[in-house]
Amino acid sequence: MSLVFAGVCSHAPGITGRKVMARADDVETLYTAMNNMRLALEASRPDALIIITAEHFANFFMDNMPAFCVGMAQDYQGPIEDPQWLGIERQNIPGNPDLSRRLIEHTMQEVDLAYAEEWKCDHGIMVPLHFLTPRYDLPIIPVNINCQGPPLTPLHRAWTLGEALRKACDAVPERIAIVGTGGISHWPATPDSGKINAPWDRDFLDRWSNNDRERLLDYSDERTYLEAGQGGFEIRTYIAVSGATAGTPATVHYYRPIPIFAVGCTVGIVDLPEAA
Amino acid sequence: MSLYYVQKLLYQLNREPDLQQQYLEDPDSVLRHYRLDEEELATLKKPDIGMLYIMGVNGQLLMHYAALCGYAWPDYIQAMRTALEQHGNVRAGLYATTDGKGAI
Repeated sequence: MSLVFAGVCSHAPGITGRKVMARADDVETLYTAMNNMRLALEASRPDALIIITAEHFANFFMDNMPAFCVGMAQDYQGPIEDPQWLGIERQNIPGNPDLSRRLIEHTMQEVDLAYAEEWKCDHGIMVPLHFLTPRYDLPIIPVNINCQGPPLTPLHRAWTLGEALRKACDAVPERIAIVGTGGISHWPATPDSGKINAPWDRDFLDRWSNNDRERLLDYSDERTYLEAGQGGFEIRTYIAVSGATAGTPATVHYYRPIPIFAVGCTVGIVDLPEAA
Repeated sequence: MSLYYVQKLLYQLNREPDLQQQYLEDPDSVLRHYRLDEEELATLKKPDIGMLYIMGVNGQLLMHYAALCGYAWPDYIQAMRTALEQHGNVRAGLYATTDGKGAI
Protein backbone atom coordinates (compact mmCIF):
# COMPACT_ATOMS: atom_id res chain seq x y z
CA MET A 1 0.00 0.00 0.00
CA SER A 2 1.11 3.57 0.23
CA LEU A 3 0.01 6.88 1.57
CA VAL A 4 -3.74 7.03 1.96
CA PHE A 5 -3.80 10.48 3.57
CA ALA A 6 -1.45 13.43 3.89
CA GLY A 7 -1.97 16.79 5.48
CA VAL A 8 -0.68 19.53 7.73
CA CYS A 9 -2.06 21.39 10.72
CA SER A 10 -1.07 23.78 13.47
CA HIS A 11 -0.03 22.50 16.87
CA ALA A 12 0.20 25.63 19.01
CA PRO A 13 -0.54 24.84 22.68
CA GLY A 14 -2.90 27.80 22.98
CA ILE A 15 -5.32 26.06 20.61
CA THR A 16 -6.36 23.81 23.46
CA GLY A 17 -4.80 25.52 26.47
CA ARG A 18 -6.12 29.03 25.91
CA LYS A 19 -9.42 28.13 24.27
CA VAL A 20 -11.43 30.06 26.85
CA MET A 21 -9.46 33.25 26.08
CA ALA A 22 -10.26 33.15 22.35
CA ARG A 23 -13.13 34.63 20.36
CA ALA A 24 -15.96 32.14 19.98
CA ASP A 25 -15.94 32.39 16.19
CA ASP A 26 -12.22 31.63 16.02
CA VAL A 27 -12.66 28.56 18.19
CA GLU A 28 -15.72 27.33 16.32
CA THR A 29 -14.26 27.69 12.83
CA LEU A 30 -10.87 26.21 13.71
CA TYR A 31 -12.31 23.33 15.67
CA THR A 32 -14.71 22.61 12.80
CA ALA A 33 -11.81 22.58 10.34
CA MET A 34 -9.84 20.20 12.56
CA ASN A 35 -12.91 17.99 12.92
CA ASN A 36 -13.29 17.90 9.14
CA MET A 37 -9.64 16.90 8.88
CA ARG A 38 -10.37 14.06 11.30
CA LEU A 39 -13.28 12.89 9.14
CA ALA A 40 -11.07 12.89 6.04
CA LEU A 41 -8.36 11.00 7.90
CA GLU A 42 -10.85 8.40 9.15
CA ALA A 43 -12.35 8.01 5.67
CA SER A 44 -8.91 6.99 4.39
CA ARG A 45 -8.96 4.01 6.81
CA PRO A 46 -5.32 4.24 7.87
CA ASP A 47 -3.54 1.51 9.80
CA ALA A 48 -1.07 4.00 11.25
CA LEU A 49 -0.33 7.71 11.36
CA ILE A 50 3.13 9.12 10.79
CA ILE A 51 3.12 12.44 12.61
CA ILE A 52 5.98 14.71 11.62
CA THR A 53 6.59 17.23 14.33
CA ALA A 54 8.95 19.95 15.41
CA GLU A 55 9.25 19.05 19.06
CA HIS A 56 10.17 21.54 21.75
CA PHE A 57 12.69 19.74 23.95
CA ALA A 58 10.42 16.88 24.96
CA ASN A 59 12.96 14.19 24.07
CA PHE A 60 15.93 15.89 22.50
CA PHE A 61 18.29 18.50 23.85
CA MET A 62 21.58 20.01 22.75
CA ASP A 63 23.48 17.18 24.45
CA ASN A 64 22.54 14.84 21.60
CA MET A 65 20.33 16.53 19.02
CA PRO A 66 19.38 14.46 15.97
CA ALA A 67 18.51 16.08 12.65
CA PHE A 68 15.81 13.42 12.30
CA CYS A 69 14.43 10.87 14.73
CA VAL A 70 11.68 8.27 14.24
CA GLY A 71 9.82 6.56 17.04
CA MET A 72 9.97 2.76 17.29
CA ALA A 73 8.10 2.24 20.54
CA GLN A 74 5.24 0.04 21.66
CA ASP A 75 3.52 3.14 22.98
CA TYR A 76 4.09 6.82 23.58
CA GLN A 77 3.19 9.08 26.48
CA GLY A 78 2.05 12.65 26.57
CA PRO A 79 1.62 15.46 27.06
CA ILE A 80 4.76 16.32 28.98
CA GLU A 81 3.17 19.68 29.69
CA ASP A 82 0.90 20.20 32.66
CA PRO A 83 -2.45 18.77 31.48
CA GLN A 84 -4.37 21.73 32.87
CA TRP A 85 -2.02 24.17 31.13
CA LEU A 86 -2.42 22.40 27.79
CA GLY A 87 -6.05 21.39 28.19
CA ILE A 88 -5.26 17.77 27.30
CA GLU A 89 -5.20 14.89 29.79
CA ARG A 90 -2.22 12.53 29.94
CA GLN A 91 -2.58 9.69 27.47
CA ASN A 92 -0.92 6.46 26.47
CA ILE A 93 -0.83 6.40 22.67
CA PRO A 94 -0.32 3.12 20.82
CA GLY A 95 2.64 2.61 18.53
CA ASN A 96 3.57 -0.17 16.13
CA PRO A 97 7.25 -1.03 16.61
CA ASP A 98 7.26 -3.62 13.85
CA LEU A 99 5.92 -1.18 11.29
CA SER A 100 8.21 1.55 12.62
CA ARG A 101 11.21 -0.71 12.19
CA ARG A 102 10.32 -1.60 8.59
CA LEU A 103 9.72 2.05 7.69
CA ILE A 104 12.97 3.08 9.37
CA GLU A 105 14.94 0.39 7.54
CA HIS A 106 13.58 1.56 4.20
CA THR A 107 14.00 5.26 4.96
CA MET A 108 17.58 4.71 6.15
CA GLN A 109 18.53 3.68 2.65
CA GLU A 110 18.44 7.35 1.74
CA VAL A 111 18.45 9.40 4.96
CA ASP A 112 20.45 8.90 8.16
CA LEU A 113 17.96 8.57 11.00
CA ALA A 114 18.08 8.31 14.73
CA TYR A 115 15.39 6.10 16.24
CA ALA A 116 13.87 5.98 19.70
CA GLU A 117 12.09 3.26 21.65
CA GLU A 118 11.04 5.83 24.23
CA TRP A 119 9.27 9.01 23.31
CA LYS A 120 7.36 11.62 25.27
CA CYS A 121 4.95 13.74 23.28
CA ASP A 122 4.63 17.48 23.73
CA HIS A 123 2.01 19.79 22.26
CA GLY A 124 3.53 19.33 18.81
CA ILE A 125 1.94 15.89 18.71
CA MET A 126 -0.73 16.08 21.39
CA VAL A 127 -2.68 19.06 20.05
CA PRO A 128 -3.12 17.50 16.58
CA LEU A 129 -3.98 14.08 18.06
CA HIS A 130 -6.53 15.69 20.38
CA PHE A 131 -8.52 16.54 17.28
CA LEU A 132 -7.49 13.88 14.75
CA THR A 133 -7.57 10.73 16.90
CA PRO A 134 -9.50 11.83 20.00
CA ARG A 135 -9.81 8.24 21.25
CA TYR A 136 -6.04 7.74 20.82
CA ASP A 137 -6.73 4.42 19.14
CA LEU A 138 -4.72 4.81 15.91
CA PRO A 139 -1.08 3.70 16.19
CA ILE A 140 1.29 6.57 15.59
CA ILE A 141 4.85 6.77 14.36
CA PRO A 142 6.33 10.05 15.56
CA VAL A 143 8.99 11.70 13.42
CA ASN A 144 10.94 14.70 14.65
CA ILE A 145 12.83 17.26 12.61
CA ASN A 146 15.18 19.56 14.52
CA CYS A 147 13.58 22.99 14.26
CA GLN A 148 14.71 24.18 17.71
CA GLY A 149 18.44 23.85 18.35
CA PRO A 150 20.73 25.36 15.69
CA PRO A 151 22.25 24.23 13.49
CA LEU A 152 18.82 23.22 12.23
CA THR A 153 18.05 20.51 9.73
CA PRO A 154 18.42 22.02 6.22
CA LEU A 155 15.16 22.49 4.32
CA HIS A 156 16.22 20.34 1.39
CA ARG A 157 16.95 17.49 3.80
CA ALA A 158 13.41 17.80 5.19
CA TRP A 159 12.15 17.38 1.63
CA THR A 160 14.44 14.38 1.14
CA LEU A 161 13.18 12.85 4.38
CA GLY A 162 9.64 13.14 3.04
CA GLU A 163 10.60 11.49 -0.23
CA ALA A 164 12.33 8.65 1.59
CA LEU A 165 9.37 8.16 3.94
CA ARG A 166 7.09 7.94 0.91
CA LYS A 167 9.22 5.23 -0.66
CA ALA A 168 9.15 3.39 2.65
CA CYS A 169 5.36 3.66 2.80
CA ASP A 170 5.14 2.33 -0.76
CA ALA A 171 7.16 -0.72 0.32
CA VAL A 172 4.95 -1.88 3.21
CA PRO A 173 1.45 -3.37 2.99
CA GLU A 174 -0.13 -1.10 5.62
CA ARG A 175 -2.27 1.93 4.81
CA ILE A 176 -0.32 4.93 6.06
CA ALA A 177 -1.44 8.47 6.84
CA ILE A 178 1.06 11.28 7.31
CA VAL A 179 0.51 14.62 9.00
CA GLY A 180 3.01 17.45 9.44
CA THR A 181 2.43 19.79 12.36
CA GLY A 182 3.63 23.26 13.26
CA GLY A 183 4.23 26.69 11.81
CA ILE A 184 3.72 28.85 10.14
CA SER A 185 5.02 32.33 11.08
CA HIS A 186 4.95 32.88 14.82
CA TRP A 187 7.00 34.14 17.75
CA PRO A 188 5.90 31.63 20.37
CA ALA A 189 6.59 32.01 24.08
CA THR A 190 8.20 35.43 23.61
CA PRO A 191 6.99 38.97 24.31
CA ASP A 192 6.04 38.98 20.62
CA SER A 193 3.61 36.09 21.13
CA GLY A 194 0.53 36.78 19.06
CA LYS A 195 2.39 38.49 16.25
CA ILE A 196 1.61 36.75 12.97
CA ASN A 197 2.90 37.59 9.48
CA ALA A 198 -0.21 36.64 7.53
CA PRO A 199 1.11 37.70 4.08
CA TRP A 200 4.20 35.54 4.66
CA ASP A 201 2.00 32.65 5.72
CA ARG A 202 -0.25 32.97 2.69
CA ASP A 203 2.72 33.07 0.36
CA PHE A 204 4.16 29.97 2.02
CA LEU A 205 0.82 28.16 1.78
CA ASP A 206 0.65 29.03 -1.92
CA ARG A 207 4.02 27.34 -2.39
CA TRP A 208 2.89 24.39 -0.22
CA SER A 209 -0.44 23.87 -1.95
CA ASN A 210 1.27 23.90 -5.35
CA ASN A 211 3.90 21.43 -4.14
CA ASP A 212 6.42 23.86 -5.55
CA ARG A 213 9.73 22.33 -4.45
CA GLU A 214 11.90 25.15 -5.74
CA ARG A 215 9.94 27.86 -3.96
CA LEU A 216 9.44 25.79 -0.79
CA LEU A 217 13.20 25.43 -0.43
CA ASP A 218 13.88 29.07 -1.27
CA TYR A 219 14.14 30.28 2.32
CA SER A 220 17.15 30.99 4.48
CA ASP A 221 16.93 30.60 8.25
CA GLU A 222 18.15 34.18 8.64
CA ARG A 223 15.30 35.52 6.53
CA THR A 224 12.73 33.22 8.13
CA TYR A 225 13.81 34.35 11.60
CA LEU A 226 13.33 37.99 10.68
CA GLU A 227 10.09 37.59 8.75
CA ALA A 228 8.41 34.62 10.40
CA GLY A 229 9.96 34.30 13.84
CA GLN A 230 11.37 31.30 15.67
CA GLY A 231 8.21 29.37 14.91
CA GLY A 232 8.78 29.86 11.20
CA PHE A 233 11.53 27.26 11.35
CA GLU A 234 8.77 24.67 11.67
CA ILE A 235 8.03 24.94 7.94
CA ARG A 236 10.30 21.89 7.76
CA THR A 237 7.42 19.63 8.78
CA TYR A 238 5.21 20.96 5.97
CA ILE A 239 8.08 20.61 3.52
CA ALA A 240 8.58 16.98 4.53
CA VAL A 241 4.92 16.30 3.77
CA SER A 242 5.40 17.97 0.39
CA GLY A 243 8.41 15.74 -0.24
CA ALA A 244 6.29 12.71 0.61
CA THR A 245 3.66 13.82 -1.88
CA ALA A 246 5.92 15.26 -4.58
CA GLY A 247 4.01 16.26 -7.69
CA THR A 248 0.62 16.34 -5.97
CA PRO A 249 -1.14 19.63 -5.18
CA ALA A 250 -2.85 20.27 -1.86
CA THR A 251 -5.76 22.32 -0.59
CA VAL A 252 -5.62 24.75 2.30
CA HIS A 253 -8.97 24.21 4.01
CA TYR A 254 -8.45 26.71 6.80
CA TYR A 255 -6.15 29.60 7.52
CA ARG A 256 -6.88 32.30 10.05
CA PRO A 257 -4.49 34.34 12.22
CA ILE A 258 -5.62 33.86 15.83
CA PRO A 259 -3.31 35.92 18.06
CA ILE A 260 -4.34 34.35 21.37
CA PHE A 261 -3.29 31.01 19.87
CA ALA A 262 -0.03 32.71 18.79
CA VAL A 263 -0.21 31.43 15.21
CA GLY A 264 -2.04 31.59 11.91
CA CYS A 265 -4.08 28.45 12.40
CA THR A 266 -3.88 26.16 9.41
CA VAL A 267 -5.45 22.98 8.10
CA GLY A 268 -4.28 21.61 4.76
CA ILE A 269 -4.87 18.30 3.00
CA VAL A 270 -2.93 16.92 0.05
CA ASP A 271 -5.17 16.02 -2.86
CA LEU A 272 -4.08 12.40 -3.08
CA PRO A 273 -6.00 10.13 -5.44
CA GLU A 274 -8.41 8.02 -3.43
CA ALA A 275 -6.85 4.71 -2.43
CA ALA A 276 -8.77 1.48 -2.99
CA MET B 1 27.47 32.07 32.34
CA SER B 2 26.30 28.55 31.63
CA LEU B 3 23.13 29.04 29.67
CA TYR B 4 23.46 25.49 28.42
CA TYR B 5 23.04 24.09 31.94
CA VAL B 6 20.23 26.46 32.87
CA GLN B 7 18.37 25.17 29.84
CA LYS B 8 19.31 21.57 30.54
CA LEU B 9 17.85 21.89 34.03
CA LEU B 10 14.59 23.25 32.62
CA TYR B 11 14.53 20.56 29.91
CA GLN B 12 14.83 17.82 32.52
CA LEU B 13 12.35 19.48 34.88
CA ASN B 14 9.80 19.85 32.11
CA ARG B 15 9.76 16.16 31.27
CA GLU B 16 10.16 14.57 34.72
CA PRO B 17 7.22 15.05 37.14
CA ASP B 18 9.17 13.41 39.98
CA LEU B 19 12.04 15.83 39.48
CA GLN B 20 9.56 18.73 39.47
CA GLN B 21 8.24 17.60 42.84
CA GLN B 22 11.75 17.29 44.26
CA TYR B 23 12.64 20.72 42.89
CA LEU B 24 9.57 22.35 44.44
CA GLU B 25 10.30 20.75 47.82
CA ASP B 26 14.09 21.13 47.89
CA PRO B 27 15.51 23.09 44.95
CA ASP B 28 19.12 22.90 46.15
CA SER B 29 19.05 19.11 45.97
CA VAL B 30 18.39 19.42 42.23
CA LEU B 31 20.40 22.53 41.41
CA ARG B 32 23.65 21.13 42.78
CA HIS B 33 23.81 18.71 39.85
CA TYR B 34 24.16 21.53 37.31
CA ARG B 35 27.11 23.82 36.59
CA LEU B 36 25.43 27.14 37.36
CA ASP B 37 26.94 30.45 38.40
CA GLU B 38 25.67 32.62 41.26
CA GLU B 39 23.50 34.83 39.06
CA GLU B 40 21.86 31.81 37.46
CA LEU B 41 21.22 30.12 40.80
CA ALA B 42 19.68 33.26 42.27
CA THR B 43 17.56 33.90 39.19
CA LEU B 44 16.23 30.36 39.11
CA LYS B 45 15.45 30.27 42.81
CA LYS B 46 13.74 33.66 42.98
CA PRO B 47 12.30 32.79 40.36
CA ASP B 48 12.88 35.75 38.04
CA ILE B 49 11.22 34.56 34.85
CA GLY B 50 11.90 37.83 33.03
CA MET B 51 15.61 37.65 33.81
CA LEU B 52 15.80 34.04 32.63
CA TYR B 53 14.36 35.27 29.35
CA ILE B 54 16.99 38.02 29.15
CA MET B 55 19.72 35.44 29.80
CA GLY B 56 18.60 33.66 26.64
CA VAL B 57 16.56 30.72 27.87
CA ASN B 58 14.57 29.28 24.98
CA GLY B 59 10.91 30.22 25.33
CA GLN B 60 9.82 26.65 24.69
CA LEU B 61 11.59 25.70 27.91
CA LEU B 62 10.88 28.86 29.85
CA MET B 63 7.11 28.94 29.38
CA HIS B 64 6.80 25.57 31.13
CA TYR B 65 9.11 26.58 33.97
CA ALA B 66 7.00 29.72 34.38
CA ALA B 67 3.86 27.59 34.57
CA LEU B 68 5.56 25.32 37.12
CA CYS B 69 6.31 28.43 39.17
CA GLY B 70 2.66 29.46 39.06
CA TYR B 71 2.68 32.04 36.28
CA ALA B 72 -0.54 32.39 34.28
CA TRP B 73 0.05 33.00 30.56
CA PRO B 74 -0.50 36.81 30.60
CA ASP B 75 1.79 37.11 33.64
CA TYR B 76 4.50 35.13 31.84
CA ILE B 77 4.35 37.44 28.82
CA GLN B 78 4.32 40.52 31.05
CA ALA B 79 7.33 39.29 33.04
CA MET B 80 9.37 39.16 29.83
CA ARG B 81 8.19 42.59 28.69
CA THR B 82 9.03 44.14 32.05
CA ALA B 83 12.47 42.56 31.98
CA LEU B 84 13.08 43.92 28.49
CA GLU B 85 12.38 47.44 29.77
CA GLN B 86 14.70 46.94 32.71
CA HIS B 87 17.59 45.07 31.13
CA GLY B 88 17.46 45.57 27.36
CA ASN B 89 17.27 42.79 24.83
CA VAL B 90 18.06 39.12 25.22
CA ARG B 91 21.73 38.30 25.59
CA ALA B 92 21.88 35.05 23.63
CA GLY B 93 19.92 32.48 21.72
CA LEU B 94 17.03 32.45 19.31
CA TYR B 95 14.31 33.90 21.46
CA ALA B 96 15.24 37.57 21.38
CA THR B 97 12.34 39.90 20.82
CA THR B 98 11.95 41.68 17.53
CA ASP B 99 9.77 44.51 18.77
CA GLY B 100 8.05 43.26 21.93
CA LYS B 101 4.68 44.12 20.47
CA GLY B 102 2.86 40.85 20.37
CA ALA B 103 -0.89 40.84 20.72
CA ILE B 104 -1.28 39.29 24.15
